[in-house]
Amino acid sequence: MSEEGATVEVAVVVNGTPRTVAVEPRKLLVQLLRDDLGLTGTHIGCDTSQCGACTVHVDGQAVKSCAVLAVQVDGSAVTTIEGIGSEGALHPLQDAFWTNHGLQCGFCTPGMIMCAADLLARDPDPDEPTVRHAIEGNVCRCTGYHNIVRSVMAAAAAMRDAEAGTSQPTATAQPSAS
Amino acid sequence: MIPAAFSYTRPASLAEALSLLAGASDGTKVINGGQSLLPLLKLRVAEVDRLIDIGRLGELQGIRPGADGGLVIGGAVPYTAVLASPLVAERCPLLAETIADIGDVQVRNRGTLGGSVAHADPASDLPAAMLALDASFVTRSSAGERVVAADGFFHGAFETDLRPDELLMELRIPGLAAGTGTAYRRLAQPASGYSLVGVAAVVRTDAGRVVDARVGITGVGEVAYRARAVETALLGGSSVADAAAHAADGQVVASDIHADAEYRGAMAVVFTRRAIEAATVRAG
Ligand SMILES: Cc1cc2nc3c(=O)[nH]c(=O)nc-3n(C[C@H](O)[C@H](O)[C@H](O)COP(=O)(O)OP(=O)(O)OC[C@H]3O[C@@H](n4cnc5c(N)ncnc54)[C@H](O)[C@@H]3O)c2cc1C
Ligand code: FES
Ligand code: FES
Repeated sequence: MSEEGATVEVAVVVNGTPRTVAVEPRKLLVQLLRDDLGLTGTHIGCDTSQCGACTVHVDGQAVKSCAVLAVQVDGSAVTTIEGIGSEGALHPLQDAFWTNHGLQCGFCTPGMIMCAADLLARDPDPDEPTVRHAIEGNVCRCTGYHNIVRSVMAAAAAMRDAEAGTSQPTATAQPSAS
Repeated sequence: MIPAAFSYTRPASLAEALSLLAGASDGTKVINGGQSLLPLLKLRVAEVDRLIDIGRLGELQGIRPGADGGLVIGGAVPYTAVLASPLVAERCPLLAETIADIGDVQVRNRGTLGGSVAHADPASDLPAAMLALDASFVTRSSAGERVVAADGFFHGAFETDLRPDELLMELRIPGLAAGTGTAYRRLAQPASGYSLVGVAAVVRTDAGRVVDARVGITGVGEVAYRARAVETALLGGSSVADAAAHAADGQVVASDIHADAEYRGAMAVVFTRRAIEAATVRAG
C-alpha cells in the first residue's frame, strides 16, 4: 500500500474476519477497533502508552494499540479480547481470571489477558517472576496484582494439562512461597 | 489523544524509500516501530506532514552473523527478535541483557534497535551498549552508503550523525575477543522504567589484569557517552572503585525531578562500579 491523501484503505483480519476500513493516517489502531469496528473490549486507560489496557495482538504479538497507527497494521491479523473466547467457551485465561478473582473493576483485564496470552504462547510454563516481568507494561489500580499473577499461573497449568490431554481441573494455582 | 493530520506512505522497496527521502521537505519523517515517535505525535510535541513507513522493508530486517564473530542487525529489527535470537545469546549476551528491561513486552514487540539509536533519547539504554561494544552503524541515502562509528554518532539529546535523507540500515557489532566479559547495570526510574543511569561495560582480562575496557553510560549526560577516564584508569591499574569514580568526568550531569545532578552523578559512579565488577567476573 502506498496511497496518500485524506484517507487510506486498511485491510485487516480482525478476530478471524477480514475487514477493510478507510481511515485517516493519523487514526490509532485502538480507535479503529473501538470506533470503527465496535470492539470496545479493548480499553483506553492512559492513552500515553503506559498502562497496557489497550493491549491487542498484531500477528500474534502483544502491542499497545494506542501506540500503533491503524495504517501500520494493513495486511496483518489483529486479535482482541473478543476474539479469544466467548461467554459459553471462555479462553483458559478468562476462566482462570474468573476462578482466581483476578479482577475487581475489570478495566485492566482485557489488556492483562492479551498480554498474558503473548507470554504463554512463548513460554507455556513460566515461573512467578517471569509472569510479573511479562505484565510489567500493564497497570492495575485495584487488585495489587497477586490474583492476576495467580490467574496467569493457573491458566498456564490448565493449558499445559489440556495440551497433555490430562484435562484435570487445575483452575486454582498453588500459592507461591515468595 | 490524536496526532495532527499527516499523510502516510509505505514504500514497497528501499529504492522507493530513499528516493522519497531524497526530495523530502522538513515535515517528512520516517516511522519504524513508532514507539518513540507516536507518543510524541500524540502529545503534539512533534508534528509531521508526512510519515514514511520503513518498518517492513526487507532490507532492514534480519539478524546475521558478522564476518569477525560479530553480529549484523537490520535497522527495523524489533527488540523481541533480538531477545529470541540464539545467535545474539551466543555472540553478544550484552545486547540481550540490555534489551531485556527496555520498556515492556508490548514496547519490545514493536520498538526497534534502529529506532532507538536514530532517536537518541538521552535516557535510552541501547546507545550505552552500542558504545561499549564499539558498534558502528550503516546509513544509506540515494547518494550512497556511510559507516559511522557509534562513538561520535550521538551528538546530543535527540541529535545524531544521521542526515535527514538517510536511513539507518544496520547495526554492526564486532565480535568479542576471548577473555572478554560484558554487563549492563541500570537504575530505573520506578514509574516510567526509563534509566536514570545505565552503564554497559566490556572488559577483557588476562591473568586477572584488565587489558581492555570500554564503558558506555546513558541517562547521565546530555546523551550517551564513552567514559574514557574510567577506561584509562582501569587500564592504568586503578581499582574498580577508583576508576568508577570518574564515571561522570567531563559531563554536564542531567538534573530533573527524578534525580538531581548530585544524586545522578553519585549513582553513575555506583552503577559503573557494578557493571565493571560484573563484566570482570564474567571475563573469568
Ligand atoms: C512505554 C514505553 C517505555 C519505554 N521504555 C524504554 C526504556 O526503558 N529504555 C529505552 O531505551 N527505551 C524505552 N522506550 C523507547 C523505545 O525503546 C523506543 O521508542 C524504540 O526503541 C524506538 O524504536 P522505534 O522503532 O519504535 O522508533 P520510532 O518511534 O518509529 O522512531 C523514532 C525516531 O527515529 C527515527 N528512525 C527510526 N528508525 C529509523 C531508521 N532506521 N533510519 C532513520 N531514522 C529512523 C524516526 O524518524 C523517529 O524520529 C520506551 C517506549 C515506551 C512507549
Ligand atoms: S491506553 Fe494504551 S497503554 Fe494505556
Ligand atoms: S481490576 Fe480494576 S484496574 Fe485492574
